[in-house]
Amino acid sequence: MSAAEKITVRIRVNGEPREAVVEPRTLLVDFLRENLNLTGTHIGCDTTYCGACTVLLNGRTVKSCTLFAPMADGGEITTVEGLTTNGELHPVQNAFAECHGLQCGYCTPGLLLSTVHLLKRNAQPTDKQIRKAIAGNTCRCTGYQNILKAIRMAASEMEKR
Amino acid sequence: MYAHPFSYHRVQSLGQATKLLQQLGEESRVLAGGQSLIPLMKMRLARATALIDINFIPGLAEIKNHNGELRFGALARHTDIEMSEHVVAIPILHDCAAGIADVQIRNQGTIGGSLAEADPSGDWGATLLTLETSVQCIGPQGERSIKLEDFIKDAYTTVLGHDELVREVIVKKAPRNSGGAYLAFKRSAPVYATASAAVQLTLDGKDICKEIRVVLGCVGLTAVRARRAEDELRGKKIDGKAIQRAAEAARETAEPQSDMRGSADYKRALVAALVKRAIGIAVRRARGERVEAGHEYVGR
Repeated sequence: MSAAEKITVRIRVNGEPREAVVEPRTLLVDFLRENLNLTGTHIGCDTTYCGACTVLLNGRTVKSCTLFAPMADGGEITTVEGLTTNGELHPVQNAFAECHGLQCGYCTPGLLLSTVHLLKRNAQPTDKQIRKAIAGNTCRCTGYQNILKAIRMAASEMEKR
Repeated sequence: MYAHPFSYHRVQSLGQATKLLQQLGEESRVLAGGQSLIPLMKMRLARATALIDINFIPGLAEIKNHNGELRFGALARHTDIEMSEHVVAIPILHDCAAGIADVQIRNQGTIGGSLAEADPSGDWGATLLTLETSVQCIGPQGERSIKLEDFIKDAYTTVLGHDELVREVIVKKAPRNSGGAYLAFKRSAPVYATASAAVQLTLDGKDICKEIRVVLGCVGLTAVRARRAEDELRGKKIDGKAIQRAAEAARETAEPQSDMRGSADYKRALVAALVKRAIGIAVRRARGERVEAGHEYVGR
């Protein structure tokens, strides 16, 4: 196979089978944004630091700027677009809105997915556990206090269900 | 950012990977978790004309516990190790796994990739050098087992041949009355540590140090054994003064470079402080206490 040769990548994204023919060097984030037109996943630093590109791959958060798309072939991905059901916001999205857990919103999709991932593993995290869980998501607006509030609220709302 | 174009090859076995590495030549590289390689390729600091993706090889991420050994498949992700029930027996492994970079990177990065990358600031090298660790490698000639101290040769350099891969990392469980700790100080979660210290010791009675290993990270071309620090404690009573002497000896062993993470003097001071604390935690753990330890950064 020559370097120029494109390959077919098939991924189940937000429950729907999707595929595209791409160069192997295509980053997962560009596959989602450019090939599938799912622009909710953001590119921030593009250097594996900021977490704006965080998505769930087979149930675990990854930085989609740091995977080549073929590595996710055959996998399942959840992006921020997949959090709502029938137009209803996910409880984590609701909590971020209620607590003003964002200002410019650029980092928010990544933070939402990191929160979903955290609460799936640990329904009632301590503040320390919350801080550790979002250490890979950088927010330059909020100072994080309202994000912590939002995550605490999401945890208690989801517990009630 | 885009990497240079490369051809992509997905393999189903390590044997197949070895053959492809031979066929594709020196500019082909192995792709495991990709958390070091992909950023380097994007920044054009690394160039590969072909990538051999081993992520789809079945069974390569298993963690097994038998015969007094923990065996980590090359693809065991840091998160898998953090969550493994087997790792409870060796707390220093949990310290390391649970604090590498951030959640997303731990979900993807692998122990085999980290050791093969041999970054002088990598966490696994320093941690595993305090234990009896060997690396099981596979190449065209078959398999060979290499002690970790012989496996890492230099910064970013191991003894692996171009067509050779890590299959498994084997760690011998420490004897009774042993305890260890890995402390890494970093400026924020996703970055490499400024300096780190790993200590593993065995007590004789309540406070005599029977055996000890002290390893420093980020302050040399590879993780380095602080043998003089070990000598200050081995066979001796562990008290505040002895620990202080060990910390001073570690400071002298460190050969840090000044860089954006801190000046050489600062890193020497940091290493001494980390060694001192790591010894204290290792002793308490050897006595059966549960102590939390690991990576430290602002906002944690």
